[in-house]
Amino acid sequence: MEGELLNIAWYALVGALLTGYAVLDGFDLGVGALHLLAHGDHERRVFLNAIGPFWDGNQVWLVTGGGALFAAFPEAYATAFSGFYTAFILLLFMLIFRGISIHVRSLRPGRRWRAAWDAAFCGSSLLGSFLIGVAMGNLAWGVDIAPDFNYRGSLAAQLHPYALLTGLTVVALFAMHGAIYLVMKTEGELNRRVRGWVRPAIIFFVLMYAVITLATLLYLPRLAEPFRAQPWLFVVPLASLLAIADIPREVHRGREMAAFLASSATIVLLLLLLGIGMFPDLIHGNGPSGTSLDCYNAASSPLTLRTMLVLAGIGMPLVVGYTIHIYRVFRGKVKLDAMSY
Amino acid sequence: MDLVLLSRLQFAITIGFHYLYPPLSIGLGVALVVMEGLWLRTRDPRYLELTRFWVRIFGLIFAFGVGTGIVMEFEFGTNWANYSRFVGDIFGGPLAAEGIFAFFLESGFLAVLLFGWDRVGPRLHFFATLMVCLGAHFSAVWIVVANSWMQTPTAYRIVETAQGQRAEITSFWGAVMNPSSLDRLSHTLMGCWQAGAFFVVSVGAWYLLKGRHRDLARVSIRIGLGIATVASLGQLVTGHGSAVTMAEHQPAKLAAFEGIYASGRNADLTIVGWVDEENRTVHGIRVPGLLSVLVGGSRDTWVKGLDDIPVDERPPVQATFQFYHLMVAIGMALIALSWGGGLLAWRGTLFRSRPLLWALVFAVLLPQAANQLGWAAAEVGRQPWIVQGLMRTADAVSPNLAPGQVLLSLVLFTFIYLALFVVFFVLLDQKIRQGPHEPGADAHGEAA
Ligand code: HDD
Ligand code: HEM
Ligand code: HEM
Repeated sequence: MEGELLNIAWYALVGALLTGYAVLDGFDLGVGALHLLAHGDHERRVFLNAIGPFWDGNQVWLVTGGGALFAAFPEAYATAFSGFYTAFILLLFMLIFRGISIHVRSLRPGRRWRAAWDAAFCGSSLLGSFLIGVAMGNLAWGVDIAPDFNYRGSLAAQLHPYALLTGLTVVALFAMHGAIYLVMKTEGELNRRVRGWVRPAIIFFVLMYAVITLATLLYLPRLAEPFRAQPWLFVVPLASLLAIADIPREVHRGREMAAFLASSATIVLLLLLLGIGMFPDLIHGNGPSGTSLDCYNAASSPLTLRTMLVLAGIGMPLVVGYTIHIYRVFRGKVKLDAMSY
Repeated sequence: MDLVLLSRLQFAITIGFHYLYPPLSIGLGVALVVMEGLWLRTRDPRYLELTRFWVRIFGLIFAFGVGTGIVMEFEFGTNWANYSRFVGDIFGGPLAAEGIFAFFLESGFLAVLLFGWDRVGPRLHFFATLMVCLGAHFSAVWIVVANSWMQTPTAYRIVETAQGQRAEITSFWGAVMNPSSLDRLSHTLMGCWQAGAFFVVSVGAWYLLKGRHRDLARVSIRIGLGIATVASLGQLVTGHGSAVTMAEHQPAKLAAFEGIYASGRNADLTIVGWVDEENRTVHGIRVPGLLSVLVGGSRDTWVKGLDDIPVDERPPVQATFQFYHLMVAIGMALIALSWGGGLLAWRGTLFRSRPLLWALVFAVLLPQAANQLGWAAAEVGRQPWIVQGLMRTADAVSPNLAPGQVLLSLVLFTFIYLALFVVFFVLLDQKIRQGPHEPGADAHGEAA
């Protein structure tokens, strides 16, 4: 019994790390997606420096999520990354280009230099978000897993319509999240324009959200099963609807921080929804063998799960503590200075 | 082409590029702590300027270290799925711990280090510098521990599962403190310190030669040489420790390092040589009996030779031998450079000798080379095993990959990393040319 609780705890913890990634890197990926909408060099530097102190720390949530997946569910780590090899290597290239372009873009004055890195930043953010969405779509939809746990599908199989839809949904979600973040970080004329982007971004996201919900209910009824079995769980989708509805309200009232928190809550609740729907599966198998990787058959030994839980219990509160502190140090509107990007 | 070979090549290339940056960020981290610490103590503005200059360079190195590092975190899954399944129970832990205890710390406080000058007080800024330095060291701790477990596995048992065998941990600290962890961690860290220290020295020497920033250049050289004198000796001591441990736990590797074929007492140490694999001997300059003395304290120490190791468990000898000997030769050169240079700097004559200064400018390449060679020796010398004695590299790859997929990613990685390295080099060169004095309108300004 204790063993089972450990597996569930790690299911939740890996989920929490990846959710942290989506909420935090989500806004800087979103800023990247919107980057080319900024006019001229000054505005682009404001965008870059809005995320300047944070993007790297945000990305560590993905790295640590990956490490935690490896430690707790090595079978899932091995299957997912070798199975989605080409798509995943592409995502890695996007992450490489993104980080480098943020850092080097303003280091040289040349127009073409900056234009090229601006394009790299925007393109890698868009494609990166899309690939993350596609990966999520595949995990939810299910892939063909052999009894020895190896992935059996093809690259083309990973590009079915449902996964493409989740890809677009994530792009929309991050763009909305990023726009709201920028509202918080900009001033004056730029702030006015950025505000104007929030509404279309919300509309785009809500449309995608509606389509994906419909597709899920039609084609993946198993994801809704836990909610039918335990009706109190309906508070989660309900709360997520309220969070989405709250965003335009807060923006309209000029409560920028509240709008950002609502958008963050939207992401948390959406992933919670997915996590509950998928539980206990990590990678749903829909192939002939009927094999799925879940938090039991993909897990490490109880000793490892327990040890790592202790380490995470010591480490993560510290991380959250100083991360909050560092965000406070850099709160407020962006001001460019000699050390800025 | 063969899937295993392609995956090995890709791993070697990606880790090789990644490992250009971490030694610099770890070593520079130490130098920054010294510089900023000196500023806090003396409030001498020269130290502040120096710190700010090196922080900018640190930021650049860090960005490339992160970009290339994120690949490493996932490459075990993408290319070495069977390996990941086999050791995940043990190996995943340190990797996760690295994220929790090292990367968060490093990247979080890096923000304060780079952008926090006007937002926090000097003490808090110094604290951030300390945390970045500590974080970089922690990441070395966990990754080297993980790698050391592959070299000298302990505290595990082999368990049958429905999908085959896997290694499960029996004691976390037992696995962390495996026989080679401490030797290899301390040795790796010394290599990183040398990389950072000689970098600082090299840039300082170049300024002196160009007649720029004379004052700051001398300070840089003194700080750099100070760290290097400690690290270069530490390198020898810890490297020796590694070799002693290896004699016990990885005799095949030691035999390949020294090209020993026949087991026996009174084993020779070769200073430089060429392995004649056909005739199973080494031609070169050798010191009789010294290997036995170094490994066990006396000429009577028995050393296992390759002849007593099954043919299919022997590493490639020539490559391992040469990598290792080059590293050691460089190590000796660095001891001479840092102690000799340190002595002359103390006397003040160093700063007037142009040939010596030029030597120091190029000396920055030596620790980088030795770091690459050291890893190459350690990893190739472990072959054919990926986990010593437990799993062969050939059995470790992801079985469902098509060679074409890996070939494509290998070509792309090579191409992209080379291009990025050019970018890195151009920007580094630019920053060094700009120098410590912040020009009023630096390159960060508006576009031309
Ligand atoms: C001796 C030190 C050392 C060694 C052997 C390695 N690394 Fe490294 N790594 C670092 C020292 C380091 C560092 C100093 O901490 C870096 C370099 C620059 C930086 O940002 O952190 C880093 C960055 C870095 C990052 C980016 C972290 C971030 O986003 O902030 C990842 C994911 C890895 N590494 C993973 C690995 C893996 C999986 C390795 C082994 C195969 C590896 N590193 C070898
Ligand atoms: C001074 C003489 C040196 C000696 C006797 C020495 C000895 C060794 C030995 C025995 C190993 C193999 C450890 C193993 O595989 O378990 C090793 C590895 C290594 N060496 Fe050296 N070394 C020396 C100098 C250097 C220098 C100058 C550098 C870099 C600046 C360096 C960097 C490394 C690295 C990065 C490794 C791989 C990590 C490891 O296995 O510890 N070494 N060295
Ligand atoms: C920790 C898990 C690791 C795995 C699974 C692993 C696996 C491998 C494999 C399969 C190779 C190819 C060997 C060959 O071509 O002969 C290799 C090479 C290499 N590894 Fe490791 N390694 C690991 C850790 C490390 C670490 C931490 C470093 C240090 C940065 C490192 C440095 C190297 C280097 C420099 C090479 C190139 C050797 C060559 O020239 O072929 N490895 N590794």
